[in-house]
Amino acid sequence: MQAQNAASAGNAENGKKLWAKENCYSCHGFDGHGGAGVRLTPKPIAVQGFIAIVRHPPKSNMPTFSAKVISDADLRDMWAYLNTIPANPDPKSIPLLSALQ
Amino acid sequence: MSKPKNTDRRGFFKGAAALAGTASIAMAQQQQIAQNRAASAPAEVSGGTVEVLTNERPGADFMLDVIKSLGIEYVAANPSSSCRGLHESMINYGNNKNPELITALHEESSVAMGHGYAKIEGKPMIGMVHGTVGTQHASMAIYNAWCDRVPTIVILGNETDAGARRSFVEWTHSAQDAASIIRDFTKWDDNPTTLQHFAESFVRAYKIAMTPPMGPVAIIASGKLQEEPIEEKDLRIPKLTPVLSPVGDSGSIAELARMLVNAENPVIVAGRVAHNQAGMTLLAELADTLQAPVNDQRNRMNLASTHPFYNTGSVANADVVLALEVEDVFMLTHRMSPLNRIGMDAPRKIIKDTTKVITISSGDLFQRSNYQDFARYNEVDMAIPGDAQATLPLLIEACKKIITSDRRIAMQARGAKLTEQHAKNKQASITQAALGWDASPLTPSRISAELWAQIKNEDWSLVGNDAFFGRWPNRLWTFDKYHQFIGGSGGEGVGYGAPAAVGAALANKKHGRFTVNIQNDGDLNYAPGVLWSAVHHNIPMLNIMNNNRGYHQEVMFVTTMAARANRDVSRTGIGTKLESPFIDYATMAKAYGMKGIGPITDPKDLGAAIKQGVEIVKRGEPVMIDTDTHGRG
Repeated sequence: MQAQNAASAGNAENGKKLWAKENCYSCHGFDGHGGAGVRLTPKPIAVQGFIAIVRHPPKSNMPTFSAKVISDADLRDMWAYLNTIPANPDPKSIPLLSALQ
Repeated sequence: MSKPKNTDRRGFFKGAAALAGTASIAMAQQQQIAQNRAASAPAEVSGGTVEVLTNERPGADFMLDVIKSLGIEYVAANPSSSCRGLHESMINYGNNKNPELITALHEESSVAMGHGYAKIEGKPMIGMVHGTVGTQHASMAIYNAWCDRVPTIVILGNETDAGARRSFVEWTHSAQDAASIIRDFTKWDDNPTTLQHFAESFVRAYKIAMTPPMGPVAIIASGKLQEEPIEEKDLRIPKLTPVLSPVGDSGSIAELARMLVNAENPVIVAGRVAHNQAGMTLLAELADTLQAPVNDQRNRMNLASTHPFYNTGSVANADVVLALEVEDVFMLTHRMSPLNRIGMDAPRKIIKDTTKVITISSGDLFQRSNYQDFARYNEVDMAIPGDAQATLPLLIEACKKIITSDRRIAMQARGAKLTEQHAKNKQASITQAALGWDASPLTPSRISAELWAQIKNEDWSLVGNDAFFGRWPNRLWTFDKYHQFIGGSGGEGVGYGAPAAVGAALANKKHGRFTVNIQNDGDLNYAPGVLWSAVHHNIPMLNIMNNNRGYHQEVMFVTTMAARANRDVSRTGIGTKLESPFIDYATMAKAYGMKGIGPITDPKDLGAAIKQGVEIVKRGEPVMIDTDTHGRG
């Protein structure tokens, strides 16, 4: 269902390029895993909410990106890309991390 | 034609022997000084009509005696004409030992090496810099040391006497008031005009640098004073009397103890609290006594990361906040308008109106006015001036005296919740570390986990700041020794990281520790020659290049500005990214004679690269592993 939504929402391949080009990765990481900005993946919020936050972010350091700067179509492509990021591995399946438990 | 100088060498030696009995530091060094003098005593000069062109007793020898008397181990310097006398005395008269001359390729590196060294060793080394030009190069590193409250000694070579300047270059490299450029961010400076004056001022400078709040000091070494023969009689080196650390007054401490013991949700915030392992033990004892959380600002090693109350507090929910040597209390208790807003709102308080905020800080004892590192005025409920570590025993005792059995039961219940929170925090870190585990570019969490697996059984010391590495070492590793972390630059001046790491590694070397440096790419490019210094002086250290290929904080800032202006955000890599071409740090390291590995782009190659790096460091060499964290950190 989610994959269908992603496909209908935009072009993931173009979204990946835009994610880098528009510097979204600088705060949120190449895979949307977060950094200075919040974590977005896996399982990003619904596309309408995603666009709404980009247009009117909560009071934080997240810039307001107007439609003049990034179009809705481009945001849908980016959202489609974020939907391709796979689920996290279980840390217990990673020996280096399970050793830290 | 000059006449031979008839100086009273015997009297000078006698004076030196007498001072050896009074100096409290480095008795052994004083004996060595006397031996050196005896060995270097010249044959008697006969005849009074021959021009004497040699000087076997330059003033710099006595200056070096002063330096030796204080137990200074290293002097880092880029060679310079204004320090040539001291330079020669160090390598020949002093036999290049205690202090040993460390060759630096930039004056900023000279001082920053001392910055890192002092945070490991607990005492200053010297950065020796060249007149006007060297002081300007060194000024950023001096400012970082000032903001970070770290004792460093800077010797400024200067030809004070205009008549002694032999060329135009010596005029351009001289100043009337050579220390004026750094006076706003040094604790003290002086321009001695005689050797005796130099002795007194140097010992005074050491004492001032080491008195909390600690900081950099500067002494000008006149070229003429260094190079001309010693003519002064009865020279002596003053005894160093260290100043006891200032302690908060007992009345205020008793009142603070009452507030803490009766608080329901006290939070201790630790800035630059611990000066050594004993400081960590004391802070743990306070936390245990009160069963109170300690939020660590990572300016120093303050508390073991395994302590069950480590980073478990909420300032927003606190009824009492105890800020120990916190550099910016206002921003601990307030938030400002985010960058993306037009105009500034009033600062938003994030603590309750009823919350009591108490500070213990040596920062209240000494401030300067021009540079604004003192931050916004703190409207606290009680400001106790004093060194926090020195005050902790009094506070712990005062708390223990008044804890009733009822309060102890309540505190234990609180401690149990904090312990639970600590375990949850750790589990959350492990879960988050799995994010992007197999992704390329590499994640800081994966690099940190791979590193930990291979260094955890060593006596390791992380000398690079992990602030731009998502604090992943702090979240995954076990930090429980003072030398395992040294904090950041203090002044946030880029260029501190690499030289400070080399200086810290230099201090770690004699203790046989395994030094790890997480190195930011932008930082290294300020003065990469320090890699050569590490190789040249056989300083073992494992450098992990956090190669995110840009100044990403600035990418974010400029992107925010572009978005706010409704303009093209895709252009904000101009001037901020280190691309086209990417910089190859393994090759850069090799150019300086350092082993270089990488760039590592596939996380599956990381473990083997680190293994190779660890083996190199264990052989006593430095190594650089370039890891591609493009756009991360």
